[in-house]
Amino acid sequence: MDFILLCELAISGVLVGLMYGLIALGIVLIYKTSGLANLAQGALAMAGGYATVAFATLAGLPMWAAIIAALALMWLGGMLIERVMLRRMIGQPVIMVIMLTLGLEIFLRGVGPGLFGSAVKPLDLGIRQAPIIIGDILINRAYLIGGAISALLIIATIALFNSQIGVRMRAVSDDQTASWSVGIRVERMIAIAWGLAAALATAAGILWGSVQGVDWSLSLLLMKALAISILGGLDSIAGVLLAAVVVGVAESLATGILDPLVGGGTRDIVASVIILMTLLVRPYGLFGREHIERV
Amino acid sequence: MLYRQAGIRHRRYAAERQLWPLTFDRVLVGGVVLFLLAAPFTLDRLYLGSYLLPWLLWSSAALGLNLLMGGAGQIHLGYGAVMAIGAYTSVHLVRSGIPFELALVLAGMTSAALGIVFGAAALRVKGLYLAMSTLAMQYIIDFTISHVPGISGGTQASLQVPRVTLLGMPVTGEVTPYYVALGLCAVITLFMLNVGRTSFGRALAAIREKDYAAEIIGVGTFKYKLLAFWVSSFIGGVVGAVLAVCYLRIVTPDQFHLDLSIQLVAMVIVGGLGSVLGSFFGAALILFAPIFFNNAIGTLATQFGLGISTDLRSHIPLMLYGALIILFLLVEPLGLAKIYDNVRKYFLVWPFRHVRK
Repeated sequence: MDFILLCELAISGVLVGLMYGLIALGIVLIYKTSGLANLAQGALAMAGGYATVAFATLAGLPMWAAIIAALALMWLGGMLIERVMLRRMIGQPVIMVIMLTLGLEIFLRGVGPGLFGSAVKPLDLGIRQAPIIIGDILINRAYLIGGAISALLIIATIALFNSQIGVRMRAVSDDQTASWSVGIRVERMIAIAWGLAAALATAAGILWGSVQGVDWSLSLLLMKALAISILGGLDSIAGVLLAAVVVGVAESLATGILDPLVGGGTRDIVASVIILMTLLVRPYGLFGREHIERV
Repeated sequence: MLYRQAGIRHRRYAAERQLWPLTFDRVLVGGVVLFLLAAPFTLDRLYLGSYLLPWLLWSSAALGLNLLMGGAGQIHLGYGAVMAIGAYTSVHLVRSGIPFELALVLAGMTSAALGIVFGAAALRVKGLYLAMSTLAMQYIIDFTISHVPGISGGTQASLQVPRVTLLGMPVTGEVTPYYVALGLCAVITLFMLNVGRTSFGRALAAIREKDYAAEIIGVGTFKYKLLAFWVSSFIGGVVGAVLAVCYLRIVTPDQFHLDLSIQLVAMVIVGGLGSVLGSFFGAALILFAPIFFNNAIGTLATQFGLGISTDLRSHIPLMLYGALIILFLLVEPLGLAKIYDNVRKYFLVWPFRHVRK
């Protein structure tokens, strides 16, 4: 195994991991504010991708306008999901809420390809195909830009949590009743978290759509996002950054090293193995708070 | 009216303990059983093989999952993988010459033994985290099955199920597989109907309601959670084996993917958590609603010349699963069984509504 190849795999792993991290960020945001896991995050990314394609091709908007329109639409969509569905589920057992988001995921996965056709839709952001060459190492330009944007967005979210609205969100995640009693509008904070999560999912959908085209398989990113959010700790945003890199590199190395040995397909299994190992060894993740009940 | 009883008035303990205390219910159950027994002679073979048989099998699987989800309150998103283990074990055993009766039991045992591993995760984590770990296991077992040539017969390969005999009858054609499925479904249904009255069922209910409270009153959560996974996986394995032999005939890894697990979870939720009757309702709705809507839309499209694309039509099942799960959770979280129960309760005391509690 030569060193150059390892370097290439590691670098592309870091970048791809950061792009996965963007989806995981939404899961963490929602978990942090409302204590729910959103299994529809992958499907939201897919819906965002479809929305962008629809604005760009059907409505004929230029790409930048289509992206902004899709982000705005999905922001509203996220808030609507919270208002119409999840607020009614408050007080229900966790199994019901998980199933609700899973139902949403299945529904969106049917609606997207059903309305726009199941063929892969290209989404061209104007990133050139030619790789960037540093020394002997080739770097995929789309991954580099995508990874950079994702890292920026993750860091921006961490910064947001230090602003006034972020302080309120932190209060809500800490104790909903207490935040209520000091005058924070808890439902509004949760709605904002959903809007933000949906918009971040859209960003991820656009970045991934530019790499592999928009189709239903974008929703499969859920598994990697889950792996990242669990490894990093479901309520830690900084954890997303580190876990994204770990998951990305692990997946990239597994693809490069293990695939030739077992005949392909390890890429899809790495996330599952990471989830399982994390849950068995350290269920609250690397940076999560230890509050998991065990009986 | 139908029930001829305004409220239930018991005079003996034995009467109170009956499964179906009312004559009307007994007649109804008897009628359904008679219909199912006579179905091969009265119904068209097409309906038998492509509607009744899958309905019985999927209902049995949903019952097994319902023991875990409704009975013990443990979420399981990897039941399809459990069934896959049973199916592949039985097919390999039968191919190597072991009689089907034994293979069936061994398939259940293998599924149960591996299902305990899912259960081990449940001992450490619960709720959300359990959902994640069972999801991860589904993927890992899918991967193992399709990437170990010894199990799947190589990637993209299918495994032909050889001819088997059960208790001396060859399981071929349409009728015998149907009776095998019916028998299995009857056994599982009887087990599920009665499990709630055993100490095991009561212990599971205690764990479902509050696990540390159960521990305090002396119900070993460790033991009973594992037992719940064991029993449920055993049922899943046996159903998987019968599914492979009686319905699928050719086993491929993608028949047991996450889609199957989600289908089963949808059946349990739509039917009603913890309800035996609900599992049958849920299986029927989830299996047949997409087919029905697809046909209805197909007819509409041809009748009125609506331009409905094949893409839209082929994605209607997915939309329906999703929409049904969402709607039931929002509107009637206890599912179809609860709707049936409401209607039954209304007629139970009709027309003396004031006696209804």
